[in-house]
Amino acid sequence: MISLSVNGKNISVNDSPDTPLLWVLRDTLGMTGTKFGCGVALCGACTVHLDGAPVRSCSTPVSAAAGRKITTIEAMAASPVGKAVQAAWIKHDVPQCGYCQSGQIMGAAALLAKTRKPSDTDIDAAMSGILCRCGTYNQIRAAIKDAAQSMRTGS
Amino acid sequence: MSAIYNASRRGFLKTSALAGGGLLIGFTLPGASRLAQAVSVFSPNAYLRIGSDNQITVICGLSEMGQGVHTAIPMLVAEELDADWSKIKVEQAEADPAFNNPIFGMQATGGSTSVRGHWEPMRKAGAAARAMLVAAAAERWNADPADCRTEKGMVVHKSGKKLSYGQLAAAAAKQPVPAQVQLKSPKAFRILGRAARRLDTPAKVNGSAKFGLDVRLPGMLTAVMARPPVPGGKLVSVDDSKAKAIAGVKQVLQIPGGVAVLAEGYWAAKQGRDALQIKWDDGANAALLSDAVSKMLAEGAAKGGALGRNEGDVGAPVAKRLEAVYEAPFLAHACMEPMNATVWVKPDEIEVWAGTQSQGPSQGILGEVAGVAPGKVKVHTMYLGGGFGRRFAPDFTVDATLLSKISGKPVQLVYTREDDMKAYFYRPASVARFAGGLDANGKAVSFSASICSPSLMEASGFMKLPADGVDEMAVEGIRDCPYDFPNLRVEYARREPGVQIWFWRSVGHSQNLFFIESFVDEMAAAAGKDPCEFRLGLLGKQPRFRGVLELAAKKAGWGKPLPAGVHRGIAVAHSFGSYVAEVAEVSVGRDGKVRVHRVVGSVDCGLTVNPEIVKRQIESAIVYGLSAALYGKITFKDGRVEQSNFHDYPVLRIDEMPKVEVHIVASTEPPGGIGEPGLPPVAPAVANAIFAATGKRVRKLPIKAEELKQA
Repeated sequence: MISLSVNGKNISVNDSPDTPLLWVLRDTLGMTGTKFGCGVALCGACTVHLDGAPVRSCSTPVSAAAGRKITTIEAMAASPVGKAVQAAWIKHDVPQCGYCQSGQIMGAAALLAKTRKPSDTDIDAAMSGILCRCGTYNQIRAAIKDAAQSMRTGS
Repeated sequence: MSAIYNASRRGFLKTSALAGGGLLIGFTLPGASRLAQAVSVFSPNAYLRIGSDNQITVICGLSEMGQGVHTAIPMLVAEELDADWSKIKVEQAEADPAFNNPIFGMQATGGSTSVRGHWEPMRKAGAAARAMLVAAAAERWNADPADCRTEKGMVVHKSGKKLSYGQLAAAAAKQPVPAQVQLKSPKAFRILGRAARRLDTPAKVNGSAKFGLDVRLPGMLTAVMARPPVPGGKLVSVDDSKAKAIAGVKQVLQIPGGVAVLAEGYWAAKQGRDALQIKWDDGANAALLSDAVSKMLAEGAAKGGALGRNEGDVGAPVAKRLEAVYEAPFLAHACMEPMNATVWVKPDEIEVWAGTQSQGPSQGILGEVAGVAPGKVKVHTMYLGGGFGRRFAPDFTVDATLLSKISGKPVQLVYTREDDMKAYFYRPASVARFAGGLDANGKAVSFSASICSPSLMEASGFMKLPADGVDEMAVEGIRDCPYDFPNLRVEYARREPGVQIWFWRSVGHSQNLFFIESFVDEMAAAAGKDPCEFRLGLLGKQPRFRGVLELAAKKAGWGKPLPAGVHRGIAVAHSFGSYVAEVAEVSVGRDGKVRVHRVVGSVDCGLTVNPEIVKRQIESAIVYGLSAALYGKITFKDGRVEQSNFHDYPVLRIDEMPKVEVHIVASTEPPGGIGEPGLPPVAPAVANAIFAATGKRVRKLPIKAEELKQA
């Protein structure tokens, strides 16, 4: 048994310790908002937060997440940063196919939690590991800046 | 893919009151009635549902893969219905012949056909519902329908009395369906032509949108497969003892496509698959090598083949003659969501949950696989995590059906990223050999092209090479080139290297426009003319081409100074009923690294349904095309695909993303397609900018930095 804290809830799972966190979330816990894209931390679709830091859940063994706070897309609306990011994503109608957007939003929320006014370079550094085949990058950049602005002004 | 259909066959079939007291309008789509009757056990209708709670639901038979069709189709209905857009919801339809795409004659999403095919039928459905609501209100008020108008979900009498559509729904359902409806003039559009918000956005920002991979069924097993590493390879033997020893692995099954490990969850299935010890017979393609494919195609292009077009005499003497050979590689689609399908074969019916572009044909194909009638194949279309043509293919649904049938369980077949990358269905590789002739004044007087590639029409399984021997997709964009060349010849030589090929965003245009728009640029340079002016000079009979070219050039500041080291290239293309020009601003580092700073695009797609989605689709296609131009190639060595994941099949990242501007040409022409037409011009615009920057011609994709290095 591995004890996990997922979106504020304590959960025990029976998966083997080397099972990637992604598959514990998706298959064991049925939380399918976190996406599978590449399996080897090359695309960022599976990004979740571990103690607030963005990690690629496809390449994080569940044992490494034990005892740490796991936050997924399903809980983004519960945090002020996550809420601001989602609102900006809606305002800019960012998603197209939408498959990468859980990872994009998790990446953006982690960036904004640390960097309240990210520069283009900050955005590049935080987001360049999260791929989008629909080409929504310009809208992602605009939405991140907008979310940062709304968090500063409280609007 | 013929775009011709007979509008007079369109008809409305029936209405019926919903149990909850609502109006439900069914209507056939053109071309659908024949098939609909053949499968009469299904209610053969597409639906517009108006609830007594004023909720209006449009049920969409087309697949949402990012292109915005789940917003565009409801907009068409809502416009003629005079609905309140804020009350509109969209639902994905199950597969049913009533939802046949009028352009294809089958239910499928692709070829940038959705708006083109449904522009009229969907508006007529909305207009018919509106007429029935008006008739119901007039009856209630004992008034003349001519004294009633509609606005934002209400019928309003001239006296000022009002009833909402919800209040009228039950009564409207009893009204006869009008034989004819009057559609609005575009000048009266209130929803169409405006940037309505996408209806699928909210679900796509909180993780609740359900893609194929998100399907979870009780008792479902996850399958991961081992497939022959060489196209056409066969299984010799398999030792599955190690796979079966892995906790969670339930079954190991052999099917024609390979060996599948079925387990509780992906991780056990993947580990089980990786533990299989398999001997493959690589077969005839064991030595398949990309260099040999290139050579085969180059020889084919040199030799020539079936005549696709021949005007004047391309052999006539010219003042200046130039020749060039261009090449484009096989490409994977690399959708963000790897291929997958979930299938449950039950005793007398099957259920399929898949992100598919071809739910209609799937009913027939999977019914055959499972041994049930097409009408017994329920296809639930999930959101597609990218389509780009790949999800038109039946490989993943067929194999999932076989696995469910044999195992007796609901099965979710998942391709790993590596499986997805190596699963073929590639954009065909192609070689084009051009010759161009200029007269003494630098005017282009002759043009000939010889194109060699495998036949996509034959590979599709639902088309055949035409009698003239010219594969339409292998030559599209070149055979129909808009330039006024008095002497013009286009040939097609078919060669089959043995790789399964498939439709890839913008299909033949994806490589052919790179070829021809680069070569026309070469002709301009040889003539000593500005590439934009040179093109305009050859487009005298093509106002829509000129329109987009002039607009893109103007908005990009063509001819005006740029920052040091930045150069422009331009290209124009017509595909899928729309015209697009793009200007790329590019710099090339001393190390040969290409940086695309900005792309300015212009599009003439006729009447626009949603200008914001139009712009985003052009931008999306630019990014997809740039990824291919800068990085994309699938290559073979010893019969094996050399690429496997995003490290060796890179795609554009946010830090490489150019600024993109898209400008729309105001037009009253019928709508053109929008998912694909933005793609073809980007590779040649970038390549032409590279020529402007370095004097070097890129004639083979992807662009190679080492060839652009400055000594």
